[in-house]
Amino acid sequence: MAGQGGRGTGLPLEPAPVSRRSRILDLGDGRGGVSIAVVSTLLVFGALVLLITHAPGWPEVKKTFFDWGEFKDSFPEIAHAFKLNVKIFCIAEVFILAIALLLAVLRSLPGPVFFPLRLIAIVYADFFRGVPTILVIAVLGFGAPALALQGIPTSTTFWGIVALVLVYTAYVSEVYRAGIDSVHPSQDAAARSLGLTRFQGLRHVILPQAVRRVIPPLLNDFIGLQKDTALVGFLGAIEAFNQSQIDAAATFNYTPYLAAAVLFVAITIPLARFTDWLILRDRRRRQASGVAA
Amino acid sequence: MTSALVLEGVRKSFAKNEVLRGIDLDVAEHEVVCLIGASGSGKSTLLRCVNLIEPIGAGRIFVAGEEITARGVDANRVRRGIGIVYQAYNLFPHMSVLRNVTLAPTRVLKLRRADAQHRALELLERFGLADKADDYPDRLSGGQQQRVAIVRALAMRPELMLFDEVTSALDPELVAEVLEVIRELAASGMTMLIATHEMSFARDIADRICFLDDGVILEQGPPDELLSRPREPRTQQFLQRIIEAGRL
Repeated sequence: MAGQGGRGTGLPLEPAPVSRRSRILDLGDGRGGVSIAVVSTLLVFGALVLLITHAPGWPEVKKTFFDWGEFKDSFPEIAHAFKLNVKIFCIAEVFILAIALLLAVLRSLPGPVFFPLRLIAIVYADFFRGVPTILVIAVLGFGAPALALQGIPTSTTFWGIVALVLVYTAYVSEVYRAGIDSVHPSQDAAARSLGLTRFQGLRHVILPQAVRRVIPPLLNDFIGLQKDTALVGFLGAIEAFNQSQIDAAATFNYTPYLAAAVLFVAITIPLARFTDWLILRDRRRRQASGVAA
Repeated sequence: MTSALVLEGVRKSFAKNEVLRGIDLDVAEHEVVCLIGASGSGKSTLLRCVNLIEPIGAGRIFVAGEEITARGVDANRVRRGIGIVYQAYNLFPHMSVLRNVTLAPTRVLKLRRADAQHRALELLERFGLADKADDYPDRLSGGQQQRVAIVRALAMRPELMLFDEVTSALDPELVAEVLEVIRELAASGMTMLIATHEMSFARDIADRICFLDDGVILEQGPPDELLSRPREPRTQQFLQRIIEAGRL
């Protein structure tokens, strides 16, 4: 359950200049392609729907998972609780993006002088990528407040955010690093030849190119983070998943989970489309004449 | 008069491979020196060493009388005064032509944005690129990109320009426009060190040609002398191959 979904450091790719259309919506040439796509889609989905709705247990499943009345009743409360998820991932993401970038930059510094910094960055990334998120959340969420040190926050939400930042920073720093490595060394040489300092070269030449290239995997991790905010519910904070568990337990009906799922999906899908748009816009601007952009 | 550039016994190795094996060279102010020689003879490495992009193993380099390879010399300051243009242009693809040219003047020389733009537009105008100021490098031809790279280096008002086979990556029909720019620079009195495979261009523009072979300057002299009556057998061999390839 520790939501280890799809976080790679995979490089995404300078968008291939092959097609301007999305791969998914690429229906081939002309109307023939479109109608074949429509027919085959209908066939596949029709078959699936038939298979599921004719399963012996379907009426029971329908009642416990897809109860419209339950959905309507539980939705407002869960939506309210979902605000906490939004708050958690918004705050966490800001810190993750900033700290991870710092780590990635530290790790890219050359020479023996910076070895200790590189070592710290490597150990950090290795450790927090290896430990299950739920463990970090539990240790910090239950452990830190238990220290009862003066001035240490006791809010579970606070410690949940700290745990998520620690874990996701490790992943995101690897994504940044892949981006930095993908910028050809000649770009750095060109910047340095002009008299820019190492830091200026990083800031104005290397990082802008690196970050642009890794926007898709950054978004991938951001979506992972959004889903993992549900783990903070484990500490007792009433976020969407916890709320839906409460509702489900009260009514012996699982439809509230569906309501929570709808909320999560409603926020991740627009984000994915937004990223696609960002990438497309950047590609257009670089390929089209500057005036037109 | 102090020399613009002096190299004394410069050596450079990559791992166990010694690429420069004692280079001595003296370039006067306003002089144009061309480096010729086979690939791997050390031309590019020599230029990169002068620009302090590669640290040298032994020897000394002086620019305008100052030893730039001395301990404690600020490499960033030295690079400001030396322009280098690479074979692969190395323009910044995420910036418009204008920003490519103004980046270093604003960040390094701390010029005001308006002043840097003024300076950039003047240079772009001079080399027939004024209408490309707002374009991104991807949109330009190789020849245009290389001219922008030259303009970008010139915007720092360098005292010395280094050219590293700047036409080698270009389609043949685009070579002339880039060489024209370099000719104009020579005419304006710029001190230049040019690594090139374009022998007729070298003959045209150089005050002196140096033939690099296996990490040393084997032979040097005025273009006509070196290209027409080379003394060293290795030089003769190299030029013979160039002639056979139809490049001279």
